[in-house]
Formats: sequence, C-alpha cells, structure tokens
Amino acid sequence: MFSYCTDPSTLEGLSWLSCYLTTGKHVNLYISVFVVLTLLAITAPVALLFGFGAASAARSKFLPLRWFGKGYTSIVRGVPDIAFFLFFVIALDQAFEWMRHKVKCPDWDQPIRQGIDFVVCDAAKLPLSTSPQWVHETYGFFLAVLTFSIVFGAFAANVLYGAMRAVPRAQIETAEAYGMTHRQAFWRILVPQMWVYALPGLSNLWMVLIKSTPLLFLLGVEDIVYWARELGGTKTARFTDYPHPNWHVWYFAALLVFYLCFTKVSEVVLDRIMTRLTKGQATAAGEAQRKAAA
Amino acid sequence: MKSLILGTAALALTAGMGLADTVRLGTEGAYAPWNFVNDAGEIDGFERELGDELCKRAELTCEWVKNDWDSIIPNLVSGNYDTIIAGMSITDERDEVIDFTQPYTPPDPSAYVAQSADVDLAGGVIAAQATTIQAAFIAEQGWTLVEFATPEETVAAVRNGEADAVLADKSFLDTVLGDDLVMLEKSESLGGGVGMGFRESDADLRGKFDAAIQSMKDDGSLNELIAKWEVSSQW
Repeated sequence: MFSYCTDPSTLEGLSWLSCYLTTGKHVNLYISVFVVLTLLAITAPVALLFGFGAASAARSKFLPLRWFGKGYTSIVRGVPDIAFFLFFVIALDQAFEWMRHKVKCPDWDQPIRQGIDFVVCDAAKLPLSTSPQWVHETYGFFLAVLTFSIVFGAFAANVLYGAMRAVPRAQIETAEAYGMTHRQAFWRILVPQMWVYALPGLSNLWMVLIKSTPLLFLLGVEDIVYWARELGGTKTARFTDYPHPNWHVWYFAALLVFYLCFTKVSEVVLDRIMTRLTKGQATAAGEAQRKAAA
Repeated sequence: MKSLILGTAALALTAGMGLADTVRLGTEGAYAPWNFVNDAGEIDGFERELGDELCKRAELTCEWVKNDWDSIIPNLVSGNYDTIIAGMSITDERDEVIDFTQPYTPPDPSAYVAQSADVDLAGGVIAAQATTIQAAFIAEQGWTLVEFATPEETVAAVRNGEADAVLADKSFLDTVLGDDLVMLEKSESLGGGVGMGFRESDADLRGKFDAAIQSMKDDGSLNELIAKWEVSSQW
C-alpha cells in the first residue's frame, strides 16, 4: 500500500504495523465489515415485512391464510438456525436451478438426481459457472438475505402477533363505534398503536441478528469473524512477509469492541424510537411522559 | 440490417458460451503449504500452482473458490464448484461419495507434534482436524480425540495444553514447529495419496484432469512443484 512497504522485514514498530494493516488480506477484512453492515441494513426491514405479513395472516378471518401464517411461524421458529442454514439454502438453490432446468433444457435426457449428485444442464446453473466470481458472491449474499429474512421474519411475526393482541380491545371497539370498517380499524388504530408493544421484542431480535452474521460463512459469504480467525492464525515466515505468532486474541478483542460499539449505538437509537412511540399512548410509560410534560 | 446485426450478435454470444469452459476449483485456504491465503488475500500454495498448471494443460478456464473444510464435499455434490483440490487424501469412505483422480502426491506419513517427546498417546488427548483421515485413525485406535474445524486450532490446542498431541500431515506440521513444540519419531501411514475430488457424475472433467496430472508426472514438473513447496515425498 505505502511506498516503504516493499521489504517489511526491515521495518519496525508503527511503520511495520501500518504496512501490515493495509495488506490485501486486511482490506478483505475491512470490506467484510461493510458486507455485514449492508446485510443487516437489508435484512432488518425485509424480515420485519415478512413478520408483519405473517402476523397479519395469522389474524386473518380466511382460514387457509391463518394456517399459512401460523404454520410459517411455528415451523421456522422450531428448526435450529444452523440446520435451517445448511438444509434450506441448499434446497432453495436447488429449487431455483431445477425450475430453470425445466424451462431452459427441455430435451435433457439424464436424471437430475444421480446418487447424491444434483446435476442440471450448464445453462440452468445459478449463477452460470462462466460468470465471474463477484456474481457468485452476490448470489450467495442474496441467498443469505433471503434466509436470514425468513428465519428472523418468523420470530418478528410472533412478536408482532403478540403486539397486535396487546392493543386494548376498547380501542378497536371505539373505532368500530365510529363506523370504521375492519380494514380501517386495522390500519388506523391497531397498527400505529402496536409498535410500542412490539419494540422490546423486536430490539431483542435485532441484537440477535447482529451477532448471528458468522452463520454467513456457511453460505460462502466471508464475514468479519471468518477473516479475524484467518488473519489471527499463526503466520510463518515461509508464506508471508509479515510473520507473527497466534494473534487470535487481538483480532477477537477488536471484534469484541466492534460488536459492543455496534450494540451500544443500537441501544441508543432504539431508546429514542421507544420514546417517540410512547408519545400519547395509553401505557404506563405514556402516562409518565404526559405527567412529566405537564 | 438490424436483424442481421442482432443475429450475428446472438451467434457470437452463443459461440462464446460454448467456448468458455469455466471450471470452479474448491479449496480450503487454511492449510499451508498446500493451500493458504497470501498477504494479498489470494489463494496461494502448492495446490494453487498445481491447479493453475493443470487447467492450462487441460485447456480450461479456472476459477478459485474458498470453502470451509466441513462442508467442502456437500458443496461439491450440490454443484457450487466442480472439483475439490484441498490436500484431500483418497480414502474408501470418501470414494463412496465422490470420485478421485489419480493421486498427485504419494501417500505420506502423518506425524505427531507434542509439547514433549515422552507424551503418552494412548492415555492422552489427541487433537485432529474434523473429518480428516487423522481424526478417523485416532477414533479407530480408541484414543481420546478432540476435533477442531481448522488445522490452526489443532496446533493451538497442543500449545495451550488442551490436547497432549496433534496428528496431522507432516508437511503441515513442519510449518508450525517452533521452540515450544517437538515432532515425535512415531508416524502413521494413512490414506492413499492426495487427489482431486469430482462429482461421480462428472467423469468427463475428471478424465481431463487425470490426463493433465499424468502429463505432469511424465515430464517431471510435478516433482519440481512438490520439491518447491515441500509438501510430500516425490514420485
């Protein structure tokens, strides 16, 4: 990176460190931080959307829809995350490829399952094996977002379902007394009021989501924990210009600081949202706010 | 005119697709000198050079993919990459699930590394990487085995006293020996050499790499590579 880095063995102290921390490998670590943050930024709203949809479905008057909402939440919540990540993602990937195979290669005469091998024609591969590595990585990232959203969506659905039921019945009755339809009462009365009940549960989910990113490596996305483990490992002079003993403790300490800062920032933001949502609510905290203002 | 241009463009595209035969090589990237990630963040090592040369000889375009050792076989059979080239020894159990080329390095003894030379193997705790021939061997002996996901952790376990010794490929252990660890004289002959793994349905591709390995054995370039990276004995 810097001009003086050509022969690191002659360097010492800070200049050695500045070269060491800017190797291509470390840049990969810094990129992975952004990958993780992007994943969280996309996954959180999508999971919330899945959760909201499932919670609304579980309350529906239409029976099959109710079955779908309840079935989704109970099944996904019941399966261990790691099993879900190993099984479901491979199954999802194979389902996509199978559908493409049916469309693109109708005259293929070999079986798709050969023993344990899953064989589709080249044109049906997703991504195509000819596409560059970044396409494969983006596809893996997309699968990761989808899987995380499905898993966390189920938990969010449960939280939101409870929150919808926590809104006092009298509020809905009043809405109906004013002549609102079921749909109007849902969107104008129930939804704005439920968030204050949902937020404690949702904030827990957010914290768990932040910490579950190492599961990404199961999907081939290299996250910060993977790189910290790789970079911290013993490096002998034969294979690197920057030999060092096992430095896992330093790398994991850095991870610790990163995660603590991240959760702290999250807590502050969530606290603010909570204050904002409590305003004017018929809860103990809302009452306290009113008294403090008066 | 327009349709003519479109037609040639489509033709060029499909022709290009037919030619570009990209093979994705899966490796672990944590097992120096076989395969590791270098300072620039790229895959490097004996198998990097070997794989690139084999692809050149087989006239294939190759792309390197990193994958965890634990899930390296499941991801091959589900088609995420086309071959495993990761210091994988040829064993009967693996051969039931995937197919191997001929070995590109001869079977080599696995060695023990411990804190002192007088360690009691049968009564102690032995570390090995999970799902390796070494782990299977220790389990067969009825000794106490602790498994780790990466080779690095198996050695760290011996350093901090969690395990009394580690069993691994000698070439790998040679790279980690320091002042605090010794290699035992006792060694074990395990496995049938290291080969590339393919899906059982992929006999064509396996044949191409098999021929390329043979040509490297014939002209001695494989032995040169083995000597350069000190991975095993020569052919």
